[in-house]
Amino acid sequence: MAAKTIISRPIYGTLSPQPGKHHLFIADAEGALAITDMAGKAPSGFFDGAEIVFIPGPEGKHIAGLEALKPAQLHIAPSFASLLPRLRQTLTNARMGLRLYLAGTEGLIGQAMQVALEAGIDHTSMQTEHRGSLARRMQCVHCKGITENVTTQPALCSHCGLLLLVRDHYSRRLAAFQGVCINAEDRSEIPPMEEIFR
Amino acid sequence: MGITFRKETFRDDYTFRNSPEHIRRFPFPFNEDSYMYAVNIEPHVVGPKGSVLENLIDVDEHYVSEMQDRALVLAEDPLRCQSLPHMTLAGWDLLELLMEQQALGYPEHFTLERNGDRWRWINRPLGIDDTFTFGDTSTLPYGPMEYITRQSQGDFCILDQRDGNLWMDAGMVTTQADWSLDFDIGMNFFEWHAPVPLAHEKGIFTRALKFLTNIQQGKPARRLNWTMTINPRLDTSPENYHKWGPDRATVTPDNVGQKVHLRVELQSFWRLPRSNAIVFPIRCYLIKMDELVTQPKWARRLHRVIRDLPEELATYKGLTRYRPTLVEWLSKLDDGSPTSPGFGPD
Repeated sequence: MAAKTIISRPIYGTLSPQPGKHHLFIADAEGALAITDMAGKAPSGFFDGAEIVFIPGPEGKHIAGLEALKPAQLHIAPSFASLLPRLRQTLTNARMGLRLYLAGTEGLIGQAMQVALEAGIDHTSMQTEHRGSLARRMQCVHCKGITENVTTQPALCSHCGLLLLVRDHYSRRLAAFQGVCINAEDRSEIPPMEEIFR
Repeated sequence: MGITFRKETFRDDYTFRNSPEHIRRFPFPFNEDSYMYAVNIEPHVVGPKGSVLENLIDVDEHYVSEMQDRALVLAEDPLRCQSLPHMTLAGWDLLELLMEQQALGYPEHFTLERNGDRWRWINRPLGIDDTFTFGDTSTLPYGPMEYITRQSQGDFCILDQRDGNLWMDAGMVTTQADWSLDFDIGMNFFEWHAPVPLAHEKGIFTRALKFLTNIQQGKPARRLNWTMTINPRLDTSPENYHKWGPDRATVTPDNVGQKVHLRVELQSFWRLPRSNAIVFPIRCYLIKMDELVTQPKWARRLHRVIRDLPEELATYKGLTRYRPTLVEWLSKLDDGSPTSPGFGPD
């Protein structure tokens, strides 16, 4: 059972074209559709100053739709980890006035925002739109390990093996929800695992 | 006459006790027979002699042992003390505040000598005599916040003030009631309080933030908060919840008096002069039920408070598993007679 939502739980919006000359889009999987949907509202020439970095994911779809926008640059990456060095460099060298748009899974938005925060960009200035999976990135509060793509409640920590309640409490700095041992008081209590973050 | 510091533990064999004088000075947090959240903030001014408010930064008989327990926690988990890069100046502000207050209140134990930027700090209970340059981190064995909070009872959060909000950007947190600095660092006031039930809906945090962002230098404020802890364990962190959580299932009618502790936080809020940050000391006081009920008024009142506590609050405070046992035990000490107004014992 998920707790009702709380204030630290991120809220995502709908991408909308921002004034400015330089636009950086970071998206994965169905996040591409958030960009193509937004393109309909963008002024002509908008994508002349845009860079799109895209992680298609296992299904490999939506690349053609992004190419059709004719962005100044389109970079396809196999994973977020592989994208990280390039992204850090881009954000470090970014000029004042760069606009950032993040779209796709919660894990992608969170991790891209984390890198942007480290580069000194204020989180409220970023456009975000959630598309696709609700799978969560979770930090185990006990061993500090991150478990990716958590879909169940409770969930097993992939590092220390404790059974964790996946809370709505979210840290932008860690780009993760908090996982806390669900049966710490009595390990013999094993609540059923339900698939709820799909 | 100085304080006689107790040698005691907050883990393993749990030898922590309060002396009779410390029982009577315990900051009992209920001034009536029921409890609900309120913005119970008041000016942090000096209180009666012999109370925990006799000095604005209280040092008590547990000081030396608490500092030893903190060192053990930090050795196991250095992430309990963190400071984001922009918070060093606030760390120096805090060092000054705690050295000044401890030296002022307890001159027999602490001495601060200042000669321009050259400072000498003598901490006799911990055997420390250091000379350093104020503002120069290389002259201290730790960063300024870590240095002084390894020598000061209570947890410390330093809150940066910007954009009309307060940001948890530094802290020393080893005696916490189940929240994680490592997870919450960098969050704003509403975000780090997000898991607290009921209080958001009541507008508590909006009003509290308004009050806190207006705190002026030299005019600190305070409030009390409370929970309960099984065994006198200072480190009830979420990090170690899987280690101390099982204790909650060990409460029986025979051991309530020794095992169950009321845990009171004296929280104070101070504006820091150079950084304009707010420091938020969270000073934890523990008292076991056997000690608390030596004051009959407290026994009666605590029975009524715990018995009538709203279910959400009992769950949030982690009392669910042993509340019936505790209420039953306390009920035998409650003859139903009225309690006198105010917090103190009769």
